[in-house]
Amino acid sequence: MKLIKEKVTMKPIYTLGIDVGSTASKCVILKDGKEIVSKSLIPVGAGTSGPKRAISEVLENCQLKKEDMSYILATGYGRNSIDFVDQQMSELSCHARGAAFLFENVHTVIDIGGQDAKVLRLGNDGNLVNFVMNDKCAAGTGRFLDVMARVLEVEIGQLAELGAKAKNHVEISSTCTVFAESEVISQLAMNTDRCDIIDGIHRSVAARVASLARRVGVEQSVVMTGGVAQNAGVLHALEKELNTKIETSPFAQYTGALGAALFAYQKCK
Amino acid sequence: MAEVEKKPAKIVLREIVAKLYDDAWEAKKRGEPVGWSSSKFPAEIAETLGLKVCYPENQAAAISAKHGGQRMCEYAESMGYANDICGYARISLAYAAGAECEEKPMPQPDFLLCCNNICNCMTKWYENIARMHNIPLIMIDIPYNNETTVSDDRVKYVRGQFEDAIKQLEKISGRKWDEERFKEVCKNANRTSKAWLKACSYCGYTPSPLSGFDLFNHMADVVTARCKKETAIAFEQLADEYEQSVKDGTSTWHYDENHRIMFEGIPCWPELRTLFTPLKSKGINTTAVVYAPAFGFVYDGIDDMARAYYKAPNSVCIETGVDWREGICRDNNVDGVLVHYNRSCKPWSGYMPEMERRFRKDLGVAVVNFDGDQADPRNFSEAQYMTRVDGLYEIMEENKKKKGGNK
Repeated sequence: MKLIKEKVTMKPIYTLGIDVGSTASKCVILKDGKEIVSKSLIPVGAGTSGPKRAISEVLENCQLKKEDMSYILATGYGRNSIDFVDQQMSELSCHARGAAFLFENVHTVIDIGGQDAKVLRLGNDGNLVNFVMNDKCAAGTGRFLDVMARVLEVEIGQLAELGAKAKNHVEISSTCTVFAESEVISQLAMNTDRCDIIDGIHRSVAARVASLARRVGVEQSVVMTGGVAQNAGVLHALEKELNTKIETSPFAQYTGALGAALFAYQKCK
Repeated sequence: MAEVEKKPAKIVLREIVAKLYDDAWEAKKRGEPVGWSSSKFPAEIAETLGLKVCYPENQAAAISAKHGGQRMCEYAESMGYANDICGYARISLAYAAGAECEEKPMPQPDFLLCCNNICNCMTKWYENIARMHNIPLIMIDIPYNNETTVSDDRVKYVRGQFEDAIKQLEKISGRKWDEERFKEVCKNANRTSKAWLKACSYCGYTPSPLSGFDLFNHMADVVTARCKKETAIAFEQLADEYEQSVKDGTSTWHYDENHRIMFEGIPCWPELRTLFTPLKSKGINTTAVVYAPAFGFVYDGIDDMARAYYKAPNSVCIETGVDWREGICRDNNVDGVLVHYNRSCKPWSGYMPEMERRFRKDLGVAVVNFDGDQADPRNFSEAQYMTRVDGLYEIMEENKKKKGGNK
């Protein structure tokens, strides 16, 4: 009997990770748990139209439908607000998993998001083993930087560039966002250079987050994720504060959504 | 004649505390002096002299659980008390100053019994009430013990204060000290402690016949009524019920028991449901609480009693504190620890970072903390708590997988 070899074409497995943060909604679609085929980011988060828009956009980008997704996993502050997902997970595990996918040998992840800052410790297998988060205070978070940018009348995206031009050391000592804002106003009233103030703000955020990192222990390699990772001023201030090299990626803000899509793929296997 | 059905122990225990407050009201009506006492003042002294005593910490917890905490705290703040002092203290100071409080009324004090073994804020809190009401304050000072044993000098120091407290309370009560009655009271207190510890020990079974959250509720009895025979009997009944549950395979924890944790610290009373909900949905049972060893002390004679009162959560050194906790974690087979950084309790929260490190190192379990408050709901964020519990669960799940499934 002659055996006829048939070519078997495996249908790809698509998984969707949705990260509903406090200030932005991010989505990532993964193909077979390896290839990022689409991503989206809408700069409004939980409680807004952001998640819905981010989901529509991520599907539209790759011409896929929600029904094509084998598993959908939500993470982030607003993870429980989307009713059609298969599962929710904390952003802690998702950032850890996403970072382990993007970087090799990562053991420490610093994630500064809109309303919280967290430092994650990963085991050799890339899984979350320990973490520490900010207490009930927004100092050292993205919201802190938003408030400061508004007072300084600059766009949040300009902070890094302006901070890099600083010539003098300015100390922003208050940890409370409201009092730090008053300090910034006082500095502006004294005609202190805006760039110097911004540099002081970056160091203030870095000092706060570094103290969290020291509590959990900093082990190489160190990676920064979350929206604030795009601010090179904070990243460099953190490197200096912790005396260590910190890696990041243009994909930093999508790390949680990527981790969610990876966990989703794990569920399909 | 039909046999009268026996009341469950939890009802009996609830009635004991209710009666204690009823008795205090009755005493007040009769014109007898009524005291307010800190939770770990030697209750044996007032009980021996037949004095009725109420417990502001218990009252504040009850008010908080019934969602009156914020209103009372704000009342105290409007009197000038800072919002970062203990929530129990603020509630108590507000009540002492006359703030209306339907949640848990109790008679105003005629004397105060303060022992700072449980907390240092207690001293100023009681001094303020003493001044507010112009009433005597009987103070027992138990300094922080930086050693793992209680030296004879320390015992002498505390015993002297016990003797002085007895003299002062003899004057207040108008009664003479009766050594035989004191022995009887101590016997009851020891019997209560043994029964309490026995009841707590059932958390060691897998699955546990109870949730540690039940122990939070029963704490009221061990704090306020430990010298009473009926309390000892009720705790013995509770232990018997747990024994029966083990035999029957039943539990007061009606959910899966995927994981077992120690809950460290005083719960956020205004948010008990919020604390409990994600735990039950993920099948995380609390099988260890620090209160068990902290209030289950057995002694023999007055010197030993002084030693026993030296051992309160915030007066023992970190080595003893770690031993207590790691002991109950091991005995009760926990695979995680959830630590409450209680804004009301600076000493307790202050030593937790070091304890957390020790738990991870010595026990190899997942340890996660959250910010909150025992009484003031403004210091708690539900979203933050949920994320931390999710994180704890995810780490425990991963650890379980590595170990190859259930223990």
